[in-house]
Amino acid sequence: MSYVVQRLLTFPLILLGVSILVFVAIRLVPGDAITAMLGTEAGLLTPVQRETLAAYFGIDQPIWAQYLRWLTGLFQGDLGISSIYGKPVLTVILERFPLTLQLSLMSMVIALSVGVPLGVLAASRNERPSDLVVRVLAMLGQSTPNFVVGILIIYVLSVFFGFVPAMGTFTPLFTDPLASIAQLIFPAITLGFAFAASVTRISRSAMLDVLSDDYVRTARSKGASPMSVIWHHALPNALIPVVTLSGVEFGYLLGGAVIVEQIFALPGLGRLVLDAITQRDYALVQGTVLFIAFNFLVVNLLVDLAYVALDPRIRIGRR
Amino acid sequence: MTGLLSVRDLRVGFGQNPKANEVVKGVSFDLGPGETLGIVGESGSGKSVSALSINRLVDFGGGRITHGSIQLTRSDGTVLDVAKADEKTLLGIRGRDVGMIFQEPMTSLNPVHTVGAQIEEAFRLSKGLTGAQAHKATLDVLGRVRIPDAQSRLGYYPHQLSGGMRQRIMIAMALAASPRVLIADEPTTALDVTVQAQIMALLAELREETGMAMIFITHDIGLVAGIADRIMVMQNGVAVEQGETDGVLDNPQHDYTRHLLRAVPHFTSGKAVRDDGRRAEQQEPIVKVDNLVVRFPVGKAWFKPKGAIHAVDGVSFDLVPGETLAIVGESGCGKSTTARALLGLNSKTRGEIVTEAGRSVRPVQMVFQDPFASLNPRLNVEALLAEPAIANGQRRDDALRERMTFLLDRVGLPQDALTRYPHQFSGGQRQRLCIARALMLNPDVVVLDEAVSALDVSVQAKVLELLVDLQQEFGLAYLFISHDMAVVERIAHRIAVMFAGQIVELGEARAVLSDPQHSYTKRLIAAVPAIERRKQRFAVDMTQVPSLVRPPGFEPSPAQWREAGDDHRVRVEDTP
Repeated sequence: MSYVVQRLLTFPLILLGVSILVFVAIRLVPGDAITAMLGTEAGLLTPVQRETLAAYFGIDQPIWAQYLRWLTGLFQGDLGISSIYGKPVLTVILERFPLTLQLSLMSMVIALSVGVPLGVLAASRNERPSDLVVRVLAMLGQSTPNFVVGILIIYVLSVFFGFVPAMGTFTPLFTDPLASIAQLIFPAITLGFAFAASVTRISRSAMLDVLSDDYVRTARSKGASPMSVIWHHALPNALIPVVTLSGVEFGYLLGGAVIVEQIFALPGLGRLVLDAITQRDYALVQGTVLFIAFNFLVVNLLVDLAYVALDPRIRIGRR
Repeated sequence: MTGLLSVRDLRVGFGQNPKANEVVKGVSFDLGPGETLGIVGESGSGKSVSALSINRLVDFGGGRITHGSIQLTRSDGTVLDVAKADEKTLLGIRGRDVGMIFQEPMTSLNPVHTVGAQIEEAFRLSKGLTGAQAHKATLDVLGRVRIPDAQSRLGYYPHQLSGGMRQRIMIAMALAASPRVLIADEPTTALDVTVQAQIMALLAELREETGMAMIFITHDIGLVAGIADRIMVMQNGVAVEQGETDGVLDNPQHDYTRHLLRAVPHFTSGKAVRDDGRRAEQQEPIVKVDNLVVRFPVGKAWFKPKGAIHAVDGVSFDLVPGETLAIVGESGCGKSTTARALLGLNSKTRGEIVTEAGRSVRPVQMVFQDPFASLNPRLNVEALLAEPAIANGQRRDDALRERMTFLLDRVGLPQDALTRYPHQFSGGQRQRLCIARALMLNPDVVVLDEAVSALDVSVQAKVLELLVDLQQEFGLAYLFISHDMAVVERIAHRIAVMFAGQIVELGEARAVLSDPQHSYTKRLIAAVPAIERRKQRFAVDMTQVPSLVRPPGFEPSPAQWREAGDDHRVRVEDTP
């Protein structure tokens, strides 16, 4: 428990670093909110007009002063106002986040429930035909860009089944669970495709390592059945790399999946960040990046806790 | 057939074409109920593969039985040819008819399940016991392998137990199924010598209790001498000799058996110590270590350590040119830490290490245990040998090359070795390379940290000979770190016995080995297997090594010494 507290105490420090980085980086990009709004016509503004607009967007002060003001707001739970939406940044993010979270979770569930069994199957039939089939599939899955998978899915669904997935507004899970899952299932499959391929490959190689370990031989010498050897003795020892990979992938997914959101016209975090950057919505960029960084930290912590749960050697210190 | 197991002309091969890559080439033996067969051989002799064929675990390592039969009488009286049985039948054989314990207790238990669950599984698989019944049976079997406080140990994970304890758990797991044959594949090789003696005593007692037959595989003919009824000696996949234990040991027929018995170091309680190169009166030491202390902080709570491991605590010794001082002791006693501190590889907490700058800028060099891991596989021999010289600012010129070829010749390697890579050499040859590398800078002192422990016994003997020759030629002083008393007996002039971070006995080799004074030294020497003491029985002894973790600021009481002879000092023990 004290370990979790220690880890949580490091969060603000990391987030502070991230915030400074983003704050400076976004301002290094040529152009600002005014040019983003008016385009080339921004050059026609009089100095007075320009100053008024700068004051409106809060970019009239030196950068350190802007940062301090933003940081003060942050401590009061205020991430600023989005210039695109005219709403508080936090509200905008929280409108988009449920979709991204649900989509990420669904992709991970698909990836794990397909990838782990396939990887285990391939490892236990090393070098036999079924192993080769799985390996080819995994290679294919990893090397196919997800826009290809997404477009193929939409094409097949609409042309052969006349089914068009609900687009545009997102039905939250708690409003109508079935409709919500149905809306996200195809994007989740699209994202889960490559994810599952990576999981398959890593669980196959981890299982192959573990199957040649001494304790597996011990289990066999006891007369344990092949199923028991694989699922009970080997798999729990092979899960750590799978968890590591899933954590990293999940962290990325929580940052939004721009391409898949675009293809399926979903209002997720990915498109929000994209819009914020192209339109120089400084407050929104800062807010979303900070939010994504925070998610990453939480996921990493969860991954470490999963290690602890999986491996007693980490749970109870070595003697 | 009256026997329990009858193996006839067994051939086992590996790889794509098993008939062409045979590792076992026509082995036959019989095993009667309650009988113990010792299979002795060096690595690659096919001893493990022969044994793994009996429960067909060899299949999982890529092996195929290409010829022969393995007739096993099962508990219901039927006879089965294991060589031709299908996988389903074999599941019933493994555990129930043929139990097995392995060499590495550290890796042979599943790290993610408790030891209790792993033993209960064995009961479930063999006898169908579950729940409370399995639990009770597990407690019972833990008692039989003499594990104290069994109830609380059930919930332990393997990493929480010592090597000896884990090997007991392995034995308990095998016993759970009440096998008719127990195959023990080098079960004590990875263990300390006193723990080895305990495990051997335990196996002997359990054999009496259960009447099971045993196949005991080892590279150490001295070890099986005490337990086997019959011995089979294997070399290159062939059983070169087999017969009654006493007959094979006292009257060996085959040259290889004679070689194993005579050329290979066996412990003889100080009768085989060296007579050359005794320390002269008033000789100036080349290395002087005074009150060396090495501690490692443990359990950091924020910034303050909770305590320290007292790895080395107040160790003093000296070393004169041309002399070998052996530091002996069991794993964790601080012998390697002492050696590493001498080279500055780990920092010392306190104490003096004075090395006289003799003929080299780097008077102390080291040879490590594992010749496979201590040579960079991507460098050829020339680069490997040049490295210490280059690191000390020498140029890679003709003189350096001349030194390399000279040393290669001296360690018995051909000159064309220079352009080859480590993987092209055998273990013994690699260790010769390591020795040549250590000699590149013309040191005065060579620290040999378990330098022959990873080698096969007959290779071991040859490398020891080489070390003695080099010592005489170059007047080298050796600090020889080892747990193997038989090897130490062959090379040491003086011996320091370490226990729990301290030297407990120090003196002339023959005196220490033949007349040990400290209780630990006595225990250590009594535990060394020896052919001449084969009839001797050990009692199962559960003495545990004390923990070396001490609270911050703890200082041990200063050592009191008494003289036991001319050059033989013993630490006075606390009388409780």
